[in-house]
Amino acid sequence: MRIVFKTDYMQDIRPWKDGYQLSLYLILVALAVIAPLVIDTFYLGELANVLIWAIAGLGLMVLTGHTGQASLGHAAFLAMGCYANVILLEQGLPFMLAFPLAGIITGVVGALIALPALRLHGIYLAIFTMALSILVDDIIVLTEPWSGGVGGKYVPPVNVFGFMIDRWGTPWAFYWLVLGVAILVTLGYINLLRSPMGRSFIAVRDSEVSAQAMGVDVARTKTISFGLSCMVTGWAGALMGLYATVFNNETFTVLISIQLLMMIVIGGLGSIHGAFLGAIVVGFLPQFLSISKEYVGMVFGGNSVAIPGLEVGVFGLILIAFILFEPMGLYGRWLKIRTWFELFPFYRKDMFKRQKTYLKTERLR
Amino acid sequence: MSLLEFENVTLKFGGLTAVNNLSFEVEEGEVFAIVGPNGAGKSTVFNLISRFYDPFAGQIRFDGHDLLRVKPSGVAAYGVARTFQNIELFDHATVLDNLLVGRHRHRRTSLLSELFFTPSVKRQELQNRHMVEEIIDFLDLQPYRDKMIAGLPYGVRKVVEVARALATEPKLLLLDEPASGLSVEETTDMRWWIDDIRRQMGITVLMVEHDMGLVSGVSDRVLAMADGAKLALGTPAEVQSDPAVIEAYLGRAA
Repeated sequence: MRIVFKTDYMQDIRPWKDGYQLSLYLILVALAVIAPLVIDTFYLGELANVLIWAIAGLGLMVLTGHTGQASLGHAAFLAMGCYANVILLEQGLPFMLAFPLAGIITGVVGALIALPALRLHGIYLAIFTMALSILVDDIIVLTEPWSGGVGGKYVPPVNVFGFMIDRWGTPWAFYWLVLGVAILVTLGYINLLRSPMGRSFIAVRDSEVSAQAMGVDVARTKTISFGLSCMVTGWAGALMGLYATVFNNETFTVLISIQLLMMIVIGGLGSIHGAFLGAIVVGFLPQFLSISKEYVGMVFGGNSVAIPGLEVGVFGLILIAFILFEPMGLYGRWLKIRTWFELFPFYRKDMFKRQKTYLKTERLR
Repeated sequence: MSLLEFENVTLKFGGLTAVNNLSFEVEEGEVFAIVGPNGAGKSTVFNLISRFYDPFAGQIRFDGHDLLRVKPSGVAAYGVARTFQNIELFDHATVLDNLLVGRHRHRRTSLLSELFFTPSVKRQELQNRHMVEEIIDFLDLQPYRDKMIAGLPYGVRKVVEVARALATEPKLLLLDEPASGLSVEETTDMRWWIDDIRRQMGITVLMVEHDMGLVSGVSDRVLAMADGAKLALGTPAEVQSDPAVIEAYLGRAA
């Protein structure tokens, strides 16, 4: 068992517990950086996909995991980031300008939408945001002159520091671009969580009345959280556009929103790790299913079995299983396993037992 | 000038008059207790100060400022901190983080500088922690420092809530039933702490409390309320022997 003796405030402020933990994360980052040298193009693309989902997950995690506001509308913000990026590129802006702007535009729009939406609580907010998700399809069709409507849009290769990055032509460069964005967003997230703003998000999530009594402006905090969340989601959307290379009004459906929310629940609400773990599940599950379908087909003879709606069904089952058996998600399970080993043989079964309600805020209204 | 002034404050919920033409002043440096039977409007007084309710009529002034012009999240900035009757802590955060939220009113950094964790944010964080550690020392919370609130016993949560209120560096501390649900020893501890908060930190304390032992042991003046109105105001002994107070608690002798 490792015991960290604290002799300095910086030990609480810096994001890592000790040198051992820091070195583990550095090794992980190093492995992620050299991944293109090791794995083949197909899996590299899948890995980039997982990272893009993780970025989107981080975006939603700020809002749902840390501020306690459920959103079923984040596909709309993915779409907005994606379209904003491509439209700005088509206007002749360089990618290095268009990409950050796409996120900022999405963030500002998100914050504006938040102003009326955040009067709503819990399930009502979820319904409102879900409506956004459904609306976005129609809005894209209606704004055909800019959005290309049903015909969709095509993303040209983009220029990053003089390198032309193309999803198909230079998959390794695309992967590094995504990895870079993921690392920057994660660092920003860590900084947020160790500074007053991030703590006020958690305060609003856990108890609005006492947050208010401590001088936290609840409406303003929620709006900022919504804005930040949408900004990051917009970046993920822009990267999704680059990844898909072609997209139209049907790319960002409400199902994507639901998948995103499921992802962070499976990963573990309220932790940065959760976004990544959830993304691994959501990103690799379709591949896993199609491989196992082939395998099942081989065992029972005949061609691969085609079961419509299998993917969504399995997602649903996994989500139900997590809510029933591990509400703290994969990251929570990992914490338990780690504690079991660290404390062996003194681990108690109810060590992680907590209050059942997650969104305590709802109780107050 | 008194620190806190209530002047003819009335609050109605529909047909129910929760606070009825209430006037009192809390002087700087005193411990002022509000007592009364259930439903007397004691906690409503606190919620009025926290600006959760708008009074129907009357004036509330704090430190010379008209409190009724301040929004709920602005009250803390004037130096008013409070605890809640049914503990309202941030359950899924550590004790340390809870206390650090208490430092929110001293935040001087912008969102952008926080996202990059600039040296000024770091300086502010170090300063915040320094303050918070002093409060942890003061209230003996060292063993629970890095623990999640959700796993803590009730008595400790009660103390953490006081600690979080102290972390805001208030001028006036509102304690809503600080001893409810505490054991005898914990109540005694609470009594010494309230004494120390007033003497060492120079913080004025306004508390609602049912435990008359605690009230008479620690408070300078007591306000007795019933049905939203003032029954008696004076030293603990005066109030306890006041016929109107005895009647409100025990009823009239047949």
